[in-house]
Amino acid sequence: MAGKKITEPCGESDVYREEILDHSRNPRNKRKPDQVTFSSRKANMSCGDSINFYVYVGDDSRIEEVGFEGVGCAISMAATSMLTEDVLGKDIEAVLAMGEEDISKLLGAKIGPTRVRCAMLGLETLKRGIEEYRGVRELRRPKTQDTSYR
Amino acid sequence: MSWLKGKDRKKDFPTFRSEWHTARPYHYLDSAASSLTPKQVLDAMCKYYRKYRANVHRGMYRASAIATQEMESAREKVADMIGASVEEIVFTRGATEALNLVAYSLSREFGEGDEVVISIMEHHANLVPWQQMAKQRGFRLKFIPLAADRASLDMEAARTLIGPQTKVISVVHVSNALGTVNPVAELRDLARQYGATFIIDAAQSVGHRPVSVKELDCDFLAFSGHKTYGPTGIGALYGKKERLEKLEPFLFGGDMIEEVTKEDSIWSELPWKFEAGTPNIAGAIGLGAAVEYMESIGIEEILKHEREMTSYAIRKLVAMPGVRVIGPGNIEDRGGAVSFEVEGVHPHDVAHILGQKGVSVRGGHHCAMPLMQELGVPGTARASFGIYTEKKDIDALIDGIEHIKETFKV
Repeated sequence: MAGKKITEPCGESDVYREEILDHSRNPRNKRKPDQVTFSSRKANMSCGDSINFYVYVGDDSRIEEVGFEGVGCAISMAATSMLTEDVLGKDIEAVLAMGEEDISKLLGAKIGPTRVRCAMLGLETLKRGIEEYRGVRELRRPKTQDTSYR
Repeated sequence: MSWLKGKDRKKDFPTFRSEWHTARPYHYLDSAASSLTPKQVLDAMCKYYRKYRANVHRGMYRASAIATQEMESAREKVADMIGASVEEIVFTRGATEALNLVAYSLSREFGEGDEVVISIMEHHANLVPWQQMAKQRGFRLKFIPLAADRASLDMEAARTLIGPQTKVISVVHVSNALGTVNPVAELRDLARQYGATFIIDAAQSVGHRPVSVKELDCDFLAFSGHKTYGPTGIGALYGKKERLEKLEPFLFGGDMIEEVTKEDSIWSELPWKFEAGTPNIAGAIGLGAAVEYMESIGIEEILKHEREMTSYAIRKLVAMPGVRVIGPGNIEDRGGAVSFEVEGVHPHDVAHILGQKGVSVRGGHHCAMPLMQELGVPGTARASFGIYTEKKDIDALIDGIEHIKETFKV
């Protein structure tokens, strides 16, 4: 950001358009699903925001069920709500590749530097869960005897 | 003088003019975070850099001599303002560094069985240093809790907390988050009763109301220049002379020594013993100019104006359905920071939307996270006032909140 002129520190003015407010007031998938493969939690202490993500992963590494619980500002809640709709059916590897641009696209507005952490909290929580899940899966995978190099 | 006309006070603050190009009003209601800087202060600092730019002390030439003289005269102005003598004023980067200095140097001899008492209302600046020193040195840190009104300190609890084991009582004079004016005289008496050191975090009181260390009879007091119409990066620690004399330095290096050999060093005299390294010369000179500026208005006048704005804001806020003022109401003596909550809207959303409307407030924990946890809120939105605040700024705040309520349908 160095040298870049800040005109809208919080982002574009249409961040609070009706679609986002609707998602923040009535978040989609704000519940714990019946089946859960893994869950994850992340908090943004400076805002007092926190999110618990619940994911059920099918056999083909695709997200079959997703839900979240948490408290936060309109932007963090709306972004997380929209994210749950977006990632349903996606491969977990594809979710790991998501970033700020994808969240901006979902929100339909560029998020300024002062609010980017709010917007990213949901995705970061979900990615943390996927990373932990992948790690556990690697550990659990039975070691195959690889003799090819012998 | 222009400020006397009231309507012209903003003219002393060039930053207002720079906001014109944004084609948006600039209702600056964040003075508790940082007050704006009048041109008198900017001019004084600029003059130093342009006309006598040299290091202070020991320079045997014109510029250095003037710089030294100007910096030391700034120290005198600061000392006079709070009723201290010159050697009792240590320049620091701000209240935070001042409180770190005291916490570090004072607690060197504390250990198990010793206690330091602060309040739940503390800014992190008067909390984290004690918390970390407690961890390192093994003393206990205790908190005076909130009273039932959730806006003042529970003095009954304070009296049971404080005892012969209490080595230090360190409290915030005026809360930056709630605006509460704490009963410092009563706490000082408790400190005296048990022989504890009494420290005041005066970051929100110096420059906003008359503060006299003689009257307060505290051992140490800290404040920041940037909250008293001065520049950033400068502040001061006041310490009673006999206390500062006994206190070991916090930072070591140049300027703070009398004599250095390979084996040992002899500390310089007060207050330089605590000012290692080249000081913030321009900052100190700027702070001196800020003191002059405040005195040209009169500290009583500043207090009167802030009170007027504060009570106007509270009156307007409490009249709004769905808006709750967090902190003391209009009846009590209070500082010029008003925390509020718009029901159902996160304080960051409140501050964000107000910002879009040209109303600059702060939303969040105000560097008082334990207080927010105690109050059970993620944070608050806070409007705070200065000598340049006008009623129309507060009206814009109220209009902005109306807009938020409409947008969020609360």
